[in-house]
Amino acid sequence: MEAFSTRLKIFVIIAAAAFGVLILRLWLLQVVHGPEYRVKSENNRIQLQDIPPFRGMIFDRNGELLVDNRPSFDLFLIPEDIQNRKNLAESIHRLISLDPGYVIEKLKEGSSQYGFRPIPIKRNLSRDEVAVLEASFFNLPGAAIQVKPRRFYVMNDFASHVIGYLGEINDRQLKSGRHPDGKPGDLIGQFGVERIRQKELQGMRGGEQVEVDAAGRRLAVLSRKPPIAGENLALTLDKNLQLAAQKALSGKKGAIVAINPMNGEILAMASSPSYNPNIFIEGLDRSEWSDLTTSKDFPLQNRAIQGQYPPGSIFKIVVALAGLEEGLIDPREPVFCGGIFKLGTQTFRCWRKQGHGKVDLHRALVESCDVYFYTLGRRLGVDKIAKYAKMCGLGRASGFELGSEKEGLIPTSEWKLKRFGVPWQPGETISTSIGQSFVLVTPIQMARLIGAFFNGGFLYEPRVVKWVGKEGEESYKFTPHQGAKIRAKEEHLALLRDALIGAVNEPRGTGSKCKIKEGRVAGKTGTAQVISLDKERSFGKKDAIPPELKDHAWFVALATAENPVLALAVLIENGGGGGSAAAPIAAELIRAYLGRVEGDQVVASTN
Amino acid sequence: MFDRRLVQNFDWTLLLLLLLISAVSLINLYSATYPIRGAGGAQIFVKQIYWFLMGFMVLLAMTTFDYHHLERLAYPLYFFALLLLIIVFFLGDVRSGSQRWISFGAISFQPSEFIKVCMVITLAKFFNDHAQLSEYRLRDLWLPFLQTAVAALLVLKQPDLGTALLLVIVSFSIILFAKVRWRSLLFLVLCTVTSVPFLWMSLKAYQQRRILTFLNPDLDPLGAGYHINQSKIAIGSGLLWGKGFLEGTQTRLHFLPERHTDFAFSVLAEEWGFAGALILLALYFFVILWGINIARSSKDRFGVMIAVGVVAILFWQTAINVSMTTGLLPVVGIPLAMLSYGGSSIISTMIGMGLLMNISMRRFMFQ
Repeated sequence: MEAFSTRLKIFVIIAAAAFGVLILRLWLLQVVHGPEYRVKSENNRIQLQDIPPFRGMIFDRNGELLVDNRPSFDLFLIPEDIQNRKNLAESIHRLISLDPGYVIEKLKEGSSQYGFRPIPIKRNLSRDEVAVLEASFFNLPGAAIQVKPRRFYVMNDFASHVIGYLGEINDRQLKSGRHPDGKPGDLIGQFGVERIRQKELQGMRGGEQVEVDAAGRRLAVLSRKPPIAGENLALTLDKNLQLAAQKALSGKKGAIVAINPMNGEILAMASSPSYNPNIFIEGLDRSEWSDLTTSKDFPLQNRAIQGQYPPGSIFKIVVALAGLEEGLIDPREPVFCGGIFKLGTQTFRCWRKQGHGKVDLHRALVESCDVYFYTLGRRLGVDKIAKYAKMCGLGRASGFELGSEKEGLIPTSEWKLKRFGVPWQPGETISTSIGQSFVLVTPIQMARLIGAFFNGGFLYEPRVVKWVGKEGEESYKFTPHQGAKIRAKEEHLALLRDALIGAVNEPRGTGSKCKIKEGRVAGKTGTAQVISLDKERSFGKKDAIPPELKDHAWFVALATAENPVLALAVLIENGGGGGSAAAPIAAELIRAYLGRVEGDQVVASTN
Repeated sequence: MFDRRLVQNFDWTLLLLLLLISAVSLINLYSATYPIRGAGGAQIFVKQIYWFLMGFMVLLAMTTFDYHHLERLAYPLYFFALLLLIIVFFLGDVRSGSQRWISFGAISFQPSEFIKVCMVITLAKFFNDHAQLSEYRLRDLWLPFLQTAVAALLVLKQPDLGTALLLVIVSFSIILFAKVRWRSLLFLVLCTVTSVPFLWMSLKAYQQRRILTFLNPDLDPLGAGYHINQSKIAIGSGLLWGKGFLEGTQTRLHFLPERHTDFAFSVLAEEWGFAGALILLALYFFVILWGINIARSSKDRFGVMIAVGVVAILFWQTAINVSMTTGLLPVVGIPLAMLSYGGSSIISTMIGMGLLMNISMRRFMFQ
C-alpha cells in the first residue's frame, strides 16, 4: 500500500521525536539533576531521632541520693495489632482495674492514619501492674509496655523548694537563646537548682539515624551517636537535718533555714506547705496547676527566701549594736521598765504587762524587754537604726544562688516620705526599734545575721550547690563567698554574743526552751505581731484570737557558742510566741544535728 | 486452508521483543511488590506470571485466523464492548472511587481495556469501507466521531479519565492517519480549543487538582503533588546505573505510590538507572517501529489501519505514562503496557500484538 508510505514515515518521525523528548527528560532527571534527587531520596529514607540524655543526679552533702532518673513503664496500645477493642479494654480492666470506657476513649482520641503508632494509655505503671500485664501479654494483642527514663525525686517533697522542678520548655525560653539545643517538648529545670544548673545537669542529647518507610515506621538503625549524660551535682543540704526541719514544719506554715555560719553553706532549707515535684513530671492538668498557683497557702513559694515578715524582737540585736556603736548607751546603764513607755500622747507597752523593773542591755536582750529598746530607739532615731540594719545585711538580697529572693524592708525617714508623701513619725521609730512598723525580713537574712555575730562579722553569701561534676574532678566546687562584713568593735559583738547566749541559758531568758545539754546555744526569740498588742488584748484570752491573726513565731539560734557549726532561723506563721512555738523546734534540730556531727564532721564543716 | 507459509512467515522478532519486555516487567514487578519485611506481596507477582502466560496464549490465538474475518465482526465486537461498559455501571466493582471492573470469581476484567482494540478494528473497517475518498471532510467522519465519543464518555463516567483520553487520542491518530481535509482539521482544532473551559468544568475535583498540581507541584507537596514529587525523586535518584535490584529505597520503603501499576516505570528507573530506562524505552521503540513496518508491508487498507491503530495505542500509552512519571504531564492514570500490573491491560495489549502478528504473517497472501 504505497499510498501510506509518507504517512508512515511521518509516524516514525513523530515516534522518534517523542522518544527523544522522553530520553532527554530522563537524562535531565537522572544524570543532570540526579544527585539532588539522590539527596532527596536519602532524606526521605533517613530520619534523625533523638536519644534523650540521662539528666545528672542530685545528692545531699554526704552523697545521699536525692534525685535520680528511673525507668518509667508505660502502657501503650498499638491500634493495628488490636483484634477487639472492647475485649482488650475489659481484659486490661480485669488486670489493672483501668476503666474500660477510658481505654476506648483514649484509643479513639489517639487514633491517627498510622495504626502502628502506639497510643499511651497509662504512664508509670507500678511493679505489680507490670508483672501482671507481662504475664498475660499473649492474651492482650496490641498492648505493649515501653520503658523511658524519667526524673524521679526519690524523697518526693524533700527540699522541693531548693531542688525545684522540671517543666516543658516554653516559647519564650526557646527564643531566649539560653537553650541552644532546646526543642519543643523538652523538659527543663524551671525552678530551684534544676533551673540554675540546667546547663550542667541536662547533658547532651544523642541521636540515631533510622531508616523509615513512607509511613514513618522504623526499619533499621543506620548509625548512632550516644547521648552524653548530664553532670551530677551535690547540694550542701544535710539530708537528716532537712528531714527534721520538714518534719518540724509539717502541718504548719513557715520556714526553716540552717546555715553553716563559717562559710554560708545552706544545711537545710524548708518551706511549708510544700509540693511534690514528681507531679510535674507526670504532667499536671490545668486544674491541678491552678490549685498549686492560686492556693492561698502558696505551696510553690519558698518562704525561706521569699517570705517577708516583721522580725519582731530579733531586731533588738541590730538596735543594740547601733546603740553601742553610736556610743548612745552604756551597756551597764539601767533603764526602768514599768510595762509602759510614753511618747507624747502615745503609749507603748512592753510585752510583759507588769514590766521588767530595772534592766541593763544584757538583761534587756535576755528577757527581751521592749521598754529598754523603745528608749534606745528614741535616742537613735530611725535612720541610725536603718544604717546598722543594712550593715547587718537586712533590706537587701543575701546573694543566695537560687535567686528570686525578696529583699525585705528597712524603713528610713527618706523612704517614708518618698513612699507615702508623709514625714516619719516619732512613734514609728518606737515600734521600729522592736522590729515592728515597716520592718520586713526574710528567714535566710535572719539565719545569716546570727551567724555573723559568731564568725567575726562575715555575711557569707548563702550557697546550696556543693559541687557539680564528679567528686574528685568537679567542674564546680563550693568556695565561701564573703559578702559584706559587719564593721563593729569586737567588744560590742562580744557583749551581744553573751546576751544571745544568756537569752537561752540564763534564768528568765526568753529562749530558754532552746537550752540543751549537748552544748551552749545562743539564740533570740521574736514574736512578730500581725495585729497590734492593744487589739490582741481586746480579744481577751489568747485562745480567742483567730488563727490567721495570731503572731508569727521567730527563733534564731546558733550552736554552739564555742564551736559555731549551725546558724538557724525558724519561723512559724501565726505560731504565737517565738519562745514557746519556735524555740523548741530549734532545740530539736540543733540536738539532732550536734548528735550526728560530733567529732571529725564538725571539724570538716567548720574549716 | 492451513498454509505452510504462515509458519514460515511467523513474526519471531515481535515475539522475542514481547518476551523481553515481559521478562523486564516481571523482574520489575517482583521488586515493586517486594514486602518491607516478612513474606507476602508475592501474590501479585505470581498473578502477573499467569496473566502473561494467558497473554501469550491469546497472542498465538490471535494469529490462527485471517484478520479479514474481523471486517464482518467489527461492529458486533464494538457493540459487545459497549455492552460490557454499560454492564460495568450496574454490576461493576467499585475500587478506590471508580467502577471499572467486572468480576468472574477470582478474575476481574476491565471492559475499558477491551474497547481500545475494538475501537481500532471498527475504525479500520470504517476507513476500509470508505476507501474511495482521498481526503475526509468532517461530515464524512460523523460515524467515527460518534463511535469514539460514546465509548470515551462511557469510560469517562466510570470515571477513568486516562483511558478515555487515550481512546480519544488513538481515534484521532487513526482519523488523522486516514487523512482529513486541511480546513476541516483547522475547524476541529478551533472547536477543541473553545471546548476546553467546558471540559475543565466537567472534570471531577480531584482531576482538576491533579492538573493544577502538575502545573505547580509545590502547591500541595503532601497531597496531590506527592505522586509527582516522589516519582521524580525515585527516577532522579536512580542516577546513571540505578540503585540495584530490590535496592530502590523510594520503592522498597513505599515513598513511591502506585508502584506496581501506574508508576512501575519509576521503579525501573530507580533501580536500573538511566541505562535501564533507556533499554526499556528502546524495546518499546523497536516494537513501535516493527509495528509500523508491518503496516507498511501490509497488502490491504484494512490491515494498515489496524496495524497503525495498535501501534498508536502502544505509542501513546508509553509516551503518556513515561511523561507522567517524569513530571512532563499531569498524573492521568494511564498504565504502561506490559510493565504495569494488570490482567486486562496485558490481555488487551496481547490481542493488539496478536493482530500485528496476524497481519505480518499474511503480508504475502493474496485474496
